[in-house]
Amino acid sequence: MNLNILKPNKENISIYLVMGVGLLSVGFIDILSNTFFNFNITRIFPEIISYLSPLLLGVFGLHFIRIEYSGNKTLDIINKNLNSSNFNAILSLIVVFILIKYLPLLLKWAFFDANFLGNTKEDCTGDGACWVFVKVWFNRFMYGMYPNAEQWRINFSFLLLLTSIGSIFVFPNKFKKYIILFLLFIFPLIALNLISGGLFGLKLIKTGSWGGLSLTFIVSAFALIFCFPIGVFLALGRRSDLPAIKYSSIGFIELWRGVPLITVLFMSAVMFPMFLPDGTYMDKLMRVIIAITLFEAAYMAEVVRGGLQALPRGQYDAAKSLGMGYWRMHFLIILPQALKLVIPGIANTFLALVKDTPLIFVVGLLELAGMIGLAKTNPEWLGMATEGYVFAAFVFWVICFAMSRYSQNLERKLSTER
Amino acid sequence: MNLKNLSINLKNKKKLIPQVLTLLFIVLGISYFAFNAQTNMGNRGISFGYGFLGQEASFDIGFSLIDYDGSHTYARAFLVGLLNTLLVSSIGILIATLIGVTVGIGRLSSNYLVAKFSEVYVEVFRNIPLLLQLFFWYFAALRALPLPEQAINFYDISYLTVKGWYVPKFLWTNFSVFIYSILASIIAIIFVSKYAKKQREEFGKQLPSFYIATGLFFLIPSLSFLIGGVKLNFEIPVLKQMSTTIFNFHGGVSIIPELLSLAMALSMYTATFIAENVRAGILGIGKGQKEAAASIGLTKTQILKLVVLPQALRIIIPPTTNQYLNLTKNSSLAAAIAYPDLVLVFAGTALMQTGRAIEIVSITMGTYLLISLSISSFMNWYNKSVAIKEK
Repeated sequence: MNLNILKPNKENISIYLVMGVGLLSVGFIDILSNTFFNFNITRIFPEIISYLSPLLLGVFGLHFIRIEYSGNKTLDIINKNLNSSNFNAILSLIVVFILIKYLPLLLKWAFFDANFLGNTKEDCTGDGACWVFVKVWFNRFMYGMYPNAEQWRINFSFLLLLTSIGSIFVFPNKFKKYIILFLLFIFPLIALNLISGGLFGLKLIKTGSWGGLSLTFIVSAFALIFCFPIGVFLALGRRSDLPAIKYSSIGFIELWRGVPLITVLFMSAVMFPMFLPDGTYMDKLMRVIIAITLFEAAYMAEVVRGGLQALPRGQYDAAKSLGMGYWRMHFLIILPQALKLVIPGIANTFLALVKDTPLIFVVGLLELAGMIGLAKTNPEWLGMATEGYVFAAFVFWVICFAMSRYSQNLERKLSTER
Repeated sequence: MNLKNLSINLKNKKKLIPQVLTLLFIVLGISYFAFNAQTNMGNRGISFGYGFLGQEASFDIGFSLIDYDGSHTYARAFLVGLLNTLLVSSIGILIATLIGVTVGIGRLSSNYLVAKFSEVYVEVFRNIPLLLQLFFWYFAALRALPLPEQAINFYDISYLTVKGWYVPKFLWTNFSVFIYSILASIIAIIFVSKYAKKQREEFGKQLPSFYIATGLFFLIPSLSFLIGGVKLNFEIPVLKQMSTTIFNFHGGVSIIPELLSLAMALSMYTATFIAENVRAGILGIGKGQKEAAASIGLTKTQILKLVVLPQALRIIIPPTTNQYLNLTKNSSLAAAIAYPDLVLVFAGTALMQTGRAIEIVSITMGTYLLISLSISSFMNWYNKSVAIKEK
């Protein structure tokens, strides 16, 4: 189809501009009146034309104003980014129309018609979301059944974790080693004893009442701390020259990577107790953390292996020529460099770990998603599933998006450094 | 073993000791756990064995692709669960690929709105845990659908309700003939493309092989309708009144909401990763490749088909297979919304009834492991076959 006769050039652009913008505005008026006033201005036409009229009008309008170079900055930007061909024009219009049709509905549900004030379900009188539900249950969503008076213990542990991670960046290199050792070996003990209590006059709080978002962090933090050294050893094992060690590492890694986390959790819940000596009992949360640790260690091992493989051969040769043995070579020369290379990969593993933790609800541990499942079945708060899950999705999204952006930045920074 | 070998081994004592220790550790660990398991099972009066698979399962499964009821065996229940897992995974893989490729190309679009829209989609759906998305679709979005009497109507042949999605059922006569005709058309297409390749390489002739292939693909199966005696009828779901207030659809195929929400969550989540792979694949091909192809006179379609796609696919396929594997493994989240997949049927219900934790969990994990290993070994083979062969 040759539409060149309908194409503007630099001389007659103003006429075409008037025609094109006119058609476009009629199209927009049509869809706006349809969406907000429920009035179809093109209803005199047959149904199919009336339905597609905004799109048709818009496409013709955009076709009229399409010009290679006009000198008008706004027009040129529009033509270049939204209107480079008829196909692109249709796509742009569809996206804009979808936004016009559904964005106001979403905003109305989430903000304008939503209820924020009050303490019971009856306070939700609007048509929109009932954020009162989230407000009332907020404490439970964050801490589960953990007693309110003792929640400072969880807060303090996380504060300690954050400050010690932060101080890695602040303190000079000399202290870094000690901070990392503290994080790996001493911090888990402190946090575990503080949160579970039972020592130094702290009230003992059973793991059954841990829950909410803090449980998500507890599980992922412990799993990350423990899976890291195991992953490093597995990665070294997989690259070992000794066949027995190599193949048992490969077997271990592939076994865990080949099965879904949910079956691993089932295993920790129902199969693992069978393997313990008769009469011994291991806490459910601890079993879950062990299972997730082993599972993530396999993934961590593959990440670390990537770093080991990326190091040039010369590093190994140089270390050997200095007379270093296997362990000294790896801990002083190879691993510090390899681990630095795979920091983004480690961040991604951690991200996956955080996204996986809601799964622990299948064995009866109630972190954020599980607590919402519990709250939405409360007789006083029936029908609040949407609000609850949207809230949880938002919380997780903020955390995961921040982490993924951080790891992307890191990746970019590290890739330019080399 | 002769003496020479032994002496070499002794010389390598440094290498031998760690290996022996590792093996010893593994063997001791396994035997310790096995010993504990044996005592524990002995105390509970059960013995290890897979014989229970032949026993009557005596529980029902809500959704099954094959004949199944409570009188069938546990092995049959396992098969039902496995088929349901494979069903939802293949649906998920299909939709995820479609969305993923579209969004991946969309992110590279010169159209600002489309590129931004695709980016927002990827960033939103990639960073929300799959389980939450699943819960959102199942407990929030699909629960908001209307009752059967006010069903959302798609041209009077398909209805979307809170009880599921009702679609027409295909009623085939002589279905096998139809399948043979499709096979025949595929074989014919392979021959045509081989012939076209030969013509191109030997005589420099370009055959419109794409059009011929498309024609063959539609022609041969439609011939099976005309002369092969194949007939296709549709059974359209009809709204029926069960009692004064209860309505339901009869006939057709009902896609249960569990399957619908699981397929939706899996495909929308995995599509974001596939989109990123597609984007990386297309970005990975240098501009020079396209310019070189254009300068030797290839048309736009030829550039895409002969230069860009073969190279982009080489980058895209390995990580995408990984995503397919992840999707299959993630389909086990079905247990959270009671879609009767392998985990729910076997590691859930069957385990609860028999109490045979070790046997059942090992079968379930073994099945997933088998699926993963077979797909990844197939992909390794495929990767080797498409890898650049340096001469």
